[in-house]
Amino acid sequence: MTGQQIGDHQAHDPSWERRYERGAFAVLFLAFVLMPAFIYPRFGSQLLCFAMFACAFNLLIGFGGLLSFGHAMFFGMGSYLCAHAAKVWGLPVELAIVTGAATSLALGVLTGMLAIRRQGIYFAMITLALAQMLYFFCLQAPFTGGEDGIQSVKRGRLLGLVDLNNEVAMYYFAFAVFLAAFGLIHRIIHSPFGQVLKAIRENEPRAISLGYDTERYKLAAFVLSATLAGLAGATKAIVAQNASLTDVHWSMSGEVVLMTLLGGMGTVFGPVVGALVIISMQFYLAELGSWVTITQGIIFVVCVLAFRRGIVGEIEAWLRGRRK
Amino acid sequence: MNTQALFGQLLIGLINGSFYALLSLGLAVIFGLLNIINFTHGAQYMVGAFVAYFLLNKAGLGYWWALLITPFIVGAVGVVIERLMLSRLYKLDHLYGLLLTFGLALIFEGAFHHQFGSAGLPYSIPESLQGVQNLGFMYLPNYRAWVIVASLAICITTWFVIERTKLGAYLRAATENPTLVQAFGVNVPRMITLTYGAGVGLAALAGVFAAPIYQVSPQMGSSLIIVVFAVVVIGGMGSIMGSIVTGFGLGVIEGLTKYFYPQASSTVIFVIMAIVLMIRPQGLFGQR
Amino acid sequence: MTFKLKTLAAAAALAFAAGGAHAQISGGVVKIGILNDQSSLYADLGGQGSVTAAKMAVEDFKAKDKGLNVEVIFADHQNKPDVGTQIANKWIDNEGVDVIVDTPNSGVALAVNEVVRTKGKVFINSGAASSDLTGAKCSPNTVHWTYDTWMLANGTGKAIVKTGGDTWFFITADYAFGHALERDTKAVVEKNGGKVLGDVKVPLNNQDFSSFLLQAQASKAKIIGLANAGGDTINSIKQASEFGIVKGGQNLAGLLVFLSDVHGIGLDKAQGLILTETFYWDLNDSTRAWSKRFAAANGGKYPTMVQAGVYAGVLHYLKAVAAIKSDDGTKVVAEMKKLPTDDPLFGKGTIREDGRKIHNAYLFEVKKPSESKGPYDYYKLRATIPAAEAFRPLKDGGCSLVK
Repeated sequence: MTGQQIGDHQAHDPSWERRYERGAFAVLFLAFVLMPAFIYPRFGSQLLCFAMFACAFNLLIGFGGLLSFGHAMFFGMGSYLCAHAAKVWGLPVELAIVTGAATSLALGVLTGMLAIRRQGIYFAMITLALAQMLYFFCLQAPFTGGEDGIQSVKRGRLLGLVDLNNEVAMYYFAFAVFLAAFGLIHRIIHSPFGQVLKAIRENEPRAISLGYDTERYKLAAFVLSATLAGLAGATKAIVAQNASLTDVHWSMSGEVVLMTLLGGMGTVFGPVVGALVIISMQFYLAELGSWVTITQGIIFVVCVLAFRRGIVGEIEAWLRGRRK
Repeated sequence: MNTQALFGQLLIGLINGSFYALLSLGLAVIFGLLNIINFTHGAQYMVGAFVAYFLLNKAGLGYWWALLITPFIVGAVGVVIERLMLSRLYKLDHLYGLLLTFGLALIFEGAFHHQFGSAGLPYSIPESLQGVQNLGFMYLPNYRAWVIVASLAICITTWFVIERTKLGAYLRAATENPTLVQAFGVNVPRMITLTYGAGVGLAALAGVFAAPIYQVSPQMGSSLIIVVFAVVVIGGMGSIMGSIVTGFGLGVIEGLTKYFYPQASSTVIFVIMAIVLMIRPQGLFGQR
Repeated sequence: MTFKLKTLAAAAALAFAAGGAHAQISGGVVKIGILNDQSSLYADLGGQGSVTAAKMAVEDFKAKDKGLNVEVIFADHQNKPDVGTQIANKWIDNEGVDVIVDTPNSGVALAVNEVVRTKGKVFINSGAASSDLTGAKCSPNTVHWTYDTWMLANGTGKAIVKTGGDTWFFITADYAFGHALERDTKAVVEKNGGKVLGDVKVPLNNQDFSSFLLQAQASKAKIIGLANAGGDTINSIKQASEFGIVKGGQNLAGLLVFLSDVHGIGLDKAQGLILTETFYWDLNDSTRAWSKRFAAANGGKYPTMVQAGVYAGVLHYLKAVAAIKSDDGTKVVAEMKKLPTDDPLFGKGTIREDGRKIHNAYLFEVKKPSESKGPYDYYKLRATIPAAEAFRPLKDGGCSLVK
């Protein structure tokens, strides 16, 4: 391969790494727990959904080495099916969210089998095209409501007890879902499966020669990433109380790439930080319209040219440097 | 079977196909020779249309001038992009090129959207090409007939230059073994820069063709670029003939689908891409 | 946190004592939010012009003299229901907006309608068309001004069928508005003895209508009904002339056409078009006077009926707020329905129980270029449809508010 691979980063002393991870996690955990006191809780809930989405995406690129440019299809289908399940089938919140995630799982299997056959740029272009096909399907399918989307999704009561119409309650529920997803990703990365994935990412021919069925591993990572993205989309449908074409549009795929790139591809906390920055920018600068798009483009360019490790990546490199 | 309606849709399909072919040609040239995925291609097509609009409304230069000047103006911008930014990425994973050009596309589209909104600006058909031909089964506007003929000519000329001339041979050799070709005294980096500029110029030219038909709007490139990606994947990345044939062919297939089963017309190209990937992953004309 | 609560409690007590038992303007300001399309295909028929119209209404009402603090803000919903609902929620929860005005794009309007209903504020819709706003989706917090799809169908649709256009093919914008307009017009065509031969759904903000126009041509319908608006209508009409649709013997029916569209198409291509509107700047002396003032504040562009509706709606809203000295949404709308309306643009009228504003509708025909004496002199009046007949009968809407 020619030069530095995307998502590359080196691990050093394991005990330091563990302490660093615990410290960083504690900081982020505290920040999120206290957030509703300082900001509009509804915005905080949306933030958590996108942080989940970015983490799911990062699983594939950072640890699987596969850049998907069509991840919006999983996020969006999760969103649509959850909204539909809650509004039309009358399922309670927990089951609606599970429905959304399960749909994305199925979709992940289908698209994964097609896309995994190619790598690198081909893989990116194929995922983009498949996502676009799904977008047009959603545009026409009656159940999505087309341009109008699915509106006024009821939040209901979580487990029949907690009224999610209270924005703070909704926030902590979204936080719980986020923690579960984050915890699962953490487990995957540090498991034997995660190690094999890393090996495949760094040198696939060698992994094959060692006897691993690399296609199977890559497909598994793809499906996991898709399911978690669907979970994020489903939660977002409950938070925002709608599902629309924006959720399956390619610009959504581009945004999650941006969040992960800015935060730091292949780092554990990078996607969360990246999501925080990008979603906050969108929310607070919404009045400025197209400037948000232009700024996102500039961030992309700057990150690729001069800031490839991303925010968290740079912080980690600095911390590791200081240890010496 | 209503042959009138069928031929009408086929002809519209050929027109759309001309744009698919022209744009995928530019993409294939850039990828095949430079190994760069130029996501900015759609935005450069859009900028081409806008430059034509400005040339007309600010400088009083009409369509024919625009056809001549626009590719050079936008191509020059492409050269600057390549020199300043893309060239730094050649040593890295190709995906970074994709991400950079994606970011550039966002900047272009955002800037134009900020300035001009998204409703579309009018650009009238040049006088010499106005009017219609009554073909019996439909009225074919002269301008659209011109688009088909002109794109075909440009595609064939480009193919000829790359596959059959000395310049093209140098370009192809430089892709496969740049150090060797450089050793023979050919200035490879300059060739790469100019090739990128030429590919971008092709996109801008397509934009000028599009202005009178599709109206000039900031999003005109973004929906098109993804279809063009599918075309390139089907045709075989890097195959010039593949892009031309597939571009026109898919336009016609889209037209047929509009007649027989309109609901599928926007997805048929992607479905074909999925099928091609299953049976022949390197594309119809690709090598591997 | 506790400090904040104490201050709030103190402030509330003071306000309560000062204002008496029932008079409360939330936050001391009546905040009006203009939510519409500022940058895309509907920007010309509403857009910044609606903001200008609202500000004129606030000035003309002389709010300060009546002791009311009024503010006008605006935002772009980009024709996306999710963006629209996010802005509506943010405005109401975070920024103290009391009334949302305009909102063209029926998809966004229907979504915002629900948000406003849940939060008990006011929604004065001037820009959207769907008759569902006063039908199945009617709300005690919503007033639908200006026009709707039923009125358009019974104005333009009926007039065209009666002059011999009895076979139709629809080119429809594929979202709430297009579907509603097609549905209401189909009903009128069939009721008057006509037949609908087919339809094709087109994405919103589509630039190239060639394949859809060919389908319409193939159907051989006498009338091609354009169930779209703004930029889409302009493109359809321009391209229809390119493809010789009219030369081939078919006619176009612009089911929703605004003054700004005719301006965009140009009289040479738009002449002869029949359309229904509820306001035109050149109708009478008071509309002329107001429109000249408006044009001066709006960069020379004359008002569309949507912008006129924003002015009249905001004026009537402020009257109601001043009358009951409160900006509680449901109460204000109830008062708006109680008070008869009177403004220089729509004359005297009323707002019905289902939220429908009632006023005359006018059938216009676009002038030939030779008949126009100046910019924006585009229409000649063909007929006046009296208020009692212009809108859907109260009992037919399926609105739950109608007993």
